[in-house]
Amino acid sequence: MTSNTDRERSKAGALQVKGEILTIRRAGDYYVIVFAAPGVAQRTRPGHFAAVAVGGQPTAMLLRRSFSIHQVDTAGALGGTVEIVVDAHGAGTKWLVERKPGDSIDVIAPLGRPFSLPKDPVSTILVGGGYGSAPLFMLADRLRERGCRVDLVLGAATASKLFGVVDGRRRASALHVTTDDGSMGTKGRVTAVLDRILDDYDGQVIYGCGPMPMLSAIAEIAQNRGIASQTAVEEAMACGVGVCMTCVLPVRGTDGITRMVRSCTDGPVFFGEDVRWSDVGTVPTDCLGAPIAQPESSK
Amino acid sequence: MSAPIDMRANLAGAQLPSPILTASGCAAAGRELDRFFDITEIGAVVTKSIMLEPRSGRATPRMAETPAGMLNSIGLQGPGVEDFIAKDLTWLRDRGARTVVSIAGGSVNEFGELAARLRHEEGISAIEVNISCPNVANRGQVFACDPMSASSVIHAVRRNTSTLTPIFAKLSPDVTDIADIAGACVAAGADGLSMINTTLGMVIDTTTLRPALAGITGGLSGPAIRPMAVRCVWQVRQALPDIPILGMGGIATGLDALQFLLAGANAVSVGTAVFNDPSAPIRIQRELAAALADRGFESVADAISYAHREQE
Repeated sequence: MTSNTDRERSKAGALQVKGEILTIRRAGDYYVIVFAAPGVAQRTRPGHFAAVAVGGQPTAMLLRRSFSIHQVDTAGALGGTVEIVVDAHGAGTKWLVERKPGDSIDVIAPLGRPFSLPKDPVSTILVGGGYGSAPLFMLADRLRERGCRVDLVLGAATASKLFGVVDGRRRASALHVTTDDGSMGTKGRVTAVLDRILDDYDGQVIYGCGPMPMLSAIAEIAQNRGIASQTAVEEAMACGVGVCMTCVLPVRGTDGITRMVRSCTDGPVFFGEDVRWSDVGTVPTDCLGAPIAQPESSK
Repeated sequence: MSAPIDMRANLAGAQLPSPILTASGCAAAGRELDRFFDITEIGAVVTKSIMLEPRSGRATPRMAETPAGMLNSIGLQGPGVEDFIAKDLTWLRDRGARTVVSIAGGSVNEFGELAARLRHEEGISAIEVNISCPNVANRGQVFACDPMSASSVIHAVRRNTSTLTPIFAKLSPDVTDIADIAGACVAAGADGLSMINTTLGMVIDTTTLRPALAGITGGLSGPAIRPMAVRCVWQVRQALPDIPILGMGGIATGLDALQFLLAGANAVSVGTAVFNDPSAPIRIQRELAAALADRGFESVADAISYAHREQE
């Protein structure tokens, strides 16, 4: 029985490992953390994420911080390396970027449902908002290996909040940059350039990762054109592994029924047309088990 | 080398190989955690509270991190009892895990119906009755905060449950005298008591200048509430020397678990710590065994209520 269950567990994607930090470098307003994570790199697909414990032990910060996996290197020393991109905006992420090479972090990865890849070598558009672009470079590599054209669109409020401009030029078929303030590339939102790119290259799939309003806009554009979109959502998570039920959003299932589903296990990647974008943050009245007239419980 | 610690626990007749259980709402129905450790090696899985019908739960945000803790306002999201039996309970049974099923309802009748529906299902070690739900018939007042309401629910569950299946009432700390409610539940037929549920809290987001949770208030859990939980176990143990107690509230290490045993718990649930470390239950089990051995205890049973002993 033990060997059986060991096998089942090893088959499942996620591993909990002590990852040794190799480097932490600045990238615009962000930090890129590279750590050794035995066994994780081999299992990672573009769109997977990592849940990192912060604050050391014992800590007053209980909840893991989740990050899209930016890069993996299976050939690296120490059983493979993993890179995440961190925006140090809170106490937990600040703690994380203050680690030093040689320090160890508790990481669970790879988690979630990754992007799926088209069967045919179609033209694709990858859209990243801010450091939401982190998983798109790996995705670009996989798509180009399959013969897909990859137009990478990076957008942010301002130039310092873009992530991966140099890398993007090298790894995509073409790079397009937008900033709200016009400090780099086209002035405006990513949606300002999407239609033109879709027209020029007959784009068949849009992949997106970034703020929810951006993903919602991408899904709408895709739907209006009758093409596919895959969006990696950003919902606040407490556990990252599917037990806490905090990271839910309303998503239509294949049976047409809307449920509050976990972005950590059912996502983070969803087909754009399945997410009830305008209802995110609410429980739509037609959602399975939505409250009728009775008051809800205290917890 | 000393003999291994006898880790067996007895919860009102439910024989468990270990006193470490998961906590309701912090382990779903075990499957997700089984990726990180063998869930058959701990005492039991306590499932997320199940209701009669599917339930969407509340809007987001449902969670806010707090110092050494968190607030949650999930709203009892779940698939309903039929789906639970067909998928989760069956999976747990096939997996060979011991299972404590947590039930929740909006009325005394709903609790009774849930118990009746589960009555003939195999593989249930115990029922935990989540009475920290608003009573629809009583202006939404939480059952656990009123001895009469609490005892009505326990009575209904007891009447609809086999005498071979122990039922545990899960108590809220948000009461004036927890021993009072404990006594009422035991008088109504509870075979044991689980304590504590989360305590009501609130966080205001200083950026949006509004409550951080969509549900406005939420249940506070984690190490921040541990001293309150240990106090509750202590007080109820003083009042009811023989009632089995499943203790919980902020347990994150083996020494934390030991505190609960010493205060009078017969076994403990590990809850919020799982969000930080999904393998926490098995780690805490190992740490507890070592902590007991270090202190010269030969068994879990020997440590229960040991802090209540007369001064030497």
